[in-house]
Amino acid sequence: MSPTVLTADPGAGTVVRIHGRHIGDRIYRGAITFFAVCVPLLVALVAWEIAVAGWPTFRHFGLSFLTSSDWDPVKDRFGAAPAIYGTLVSSAIALVIATPLAVGVSVFLSEFAPRWMRQPVGFLVDLLAAIPSVVYGLWGIFVLLPLLRDPVMPFLRDTLELGSTPFFTGPAYGPSMLAAGLILAIMVLPYIASVSREVLLAVPRAQREAALALGATRWEAIWRAVLPYAKSGIVGGIILGLGRALGETMAVTMLIGNRQEISASLLAPGYTMASLIANEFSEASSDAHLSALMAVGFTLLIITIVVNAIARWLVWRVGGGAASKAL
Amino acid sequence: MTFRKTSPIVFVASALVACGGGGASGRTASSDSAGATSSTAGVDLTGAGATFPYPIYSKWFSDYAKETSIRINYQSIGSGGGIRQLTERTVDFGASDAPMSDAELSKAKGPVLHFPTVIGAVAVTYNLPSLQAPLRLTGDMLADMFLGHITKWNDSRIAVLNPGVALPSTDVLVVHRAEASGTTYIFSDYLSTVSPDWAKAPGKGKELSWPVGIGAKGNEGVAGQVKQTPGAIAYVELAYAKQNTLPTAQIRNASGAFVAPSIESATAAAAGIAGQLPNNTDYRISIVNAPGAGAYPIASFTWLLVYRAQIDATKARKLKDFLHWYLHSGEGSAASLDYAPLPDAMKARLDARVDSVIVGGGA
Repeated sequence: MSPTVLTADPGAGTVVRIHGRHIGDRIYRGAITFFAVCVPLLVALVAWEIAVAGWPTFRHFGLSFLTSSDWDPVKDRFGAAPAIYGTLVSSAIALVIATPLAVGVSVFLSEFAPRWMRQPVGFLVDLLAAIPSVVYGLWGIFVLLPLLRDPVMPFLRDTLELGSTPFFTGPAYGPSMLAAGLILAIMVLPYIASVSREVLLAVPRAQREAALALGATRWEAIWRAVLPYAKSGIVGGIILGLGRALGETMAVTMLIGNRQEISASLLAPGYTMASLIANEFSEASSDAHLSALMAVGFTLLIITIVVNAIARWLVWRVGGGAASKAL
Repeated sequence: MTFRKTSPIVFVASALVACGGGGASGRTASSDSAGATSSTAGVDLTGAGATFPYPIYSKWFSDYAKETSIRINYQSIGSGGGIRQLTERTVDFGASDAPMSDAELSKAKGPVLHFPTVIGAVAVTYNLPSLQAPLRLTGDMLADMFLGHITKWNDSRIAVLNPGVALPSTDVLVVHRAEASGTTYIFSDYLSTVSPDWAKAPGKGKELSWPVGIGAKGNEGVAGQVKQTPGAIAYVELAYAKQNTLPTAQIRNASGAFVAPSIESATAAAAGIAGQLPNNTDYRISIVNAPGAGAYPIASFTWLLVYRAQIDATKARKLKDFLHWYLHSGEGSAASLDYAPLPDAMKARLDARVDSVIVGGGA
């Protein structure tokens, strides 16, 4: 969880110098290279296997597999649009809620909290990541859902009159996109917070002191000098959280309502790709059904890679931006 | 389909197996302490499949091991997985909550025999706090509720069947299983039988394209959602409803009587069908909407799947011994775990069917 993860430091020079001097070094080098190659190879193999298994579905349904909402295992018709939509929307809700909270916690811990408080509170936040997701799911069923059903959802819809927008309409049953987004927010929060805290702590003292010396208030020093410096690291933490949110299965399955339908309303139930695979894989016996689930898996993999690539690019851009600002 | 009461020892045993890094995760509850630590080398027969009958199967295998010292390893990986493994001959027998389709049978490496073991019933549960007496429903009303045609509890059709009952004007909230399950198969098989509309639109299967409602995971997830939401209606496995004393609806059966789900009424459903079975039946039969005054209409067999032509003579003998054993000794303990036993009339015929298993190469 240290910020050095994000800045590649190959140290390749050392390896080159070792190379060729001893037979032992050469074996060592070979072994290490082998291990290093293994990981990407494994990823490629997994992708290949899923793609091959899902290929009949892609060939049969074509693009409509991604755009159709008709998922009917009885008639062997498969369209994954609701699951794709649900995966993206629930993850987006999670990030929208978790990011300010996590960054807030990190700023507090790195800038304001007394020294004795930093460790225990940081530890407690990190502990959120250690809770098994099925426990989050159970907590969601017994605590979060009843709270959402009454009073939170009626409050949002009627009292705040958000029901006049399409995003908060319909009956408040509890299991919903909102519930899934909320639980995901809690689950990704420690990832973002932990990375952000480390990054903020790594911001040089001179950065703050310079800002303060120029007459900035504490708020201005943090907002103008510290956060921009740490920006790329924080975005890196958000990516980590996003990866977690996209793939989370158990807690989401227990709270999202598992409904194959795209609804603009956050109070309505939805579905995610990971939940869909988890729910249906064990009992899928027809070839078409199995292949469709594999195709969903492949789509999820691709979406994860694409989203991550975009996010990496963002980090790179933000990093560049920070550097240019520093000039 | 559900997690039933399991003794703490079983949990410890399974935890030990898990910690020890044992590969087969299904090999747990059937094992006495010796079985949990021994490797698969000590196992005589292996099977895989349905999760719904897993508690009774593990009791059978454990009792059988005590009586005959023949060990049977059963992995409750789901009916679909059981059929796949049987098709590839990686197990000695499979188990399924739904009979194999013709397409699945044609892919198997030889003719497969279906042996009904116990009967599972599906109860309709609901959350209507104002109701004292059990709710009465007919099949087509149930179908219309799950199709979204009946949307209010005080619908005149429900009111007619439940005179003197204060039905609320609240919305009907349908809750169904999110994951594919044998319970869904039985329930949708019943609705397809009694409602032409249902047969046309979602049809029957372990996993459906549901017209309305919310999907929850497992019997416990469904029951939890119903408990929390006034106006909810759902279906759960009978054993789960009994053990958790959920309210259950009485359903009108084929002879016009309103019958509550119970072990007796489920066995009565099988008995009603068993009387009409042709001699050459392959036992891939549905017993929903069965005739008979006491028959509960939403019930089904669960099956063991066995190749008629066995490769290994020793295994074939052991397998046939076990099949005879469950028909005679095993059935007696079914009710203790809330499964309905087979009607007596079927056992003799199934005995003869066990004897038709032969040793005959890989074909």
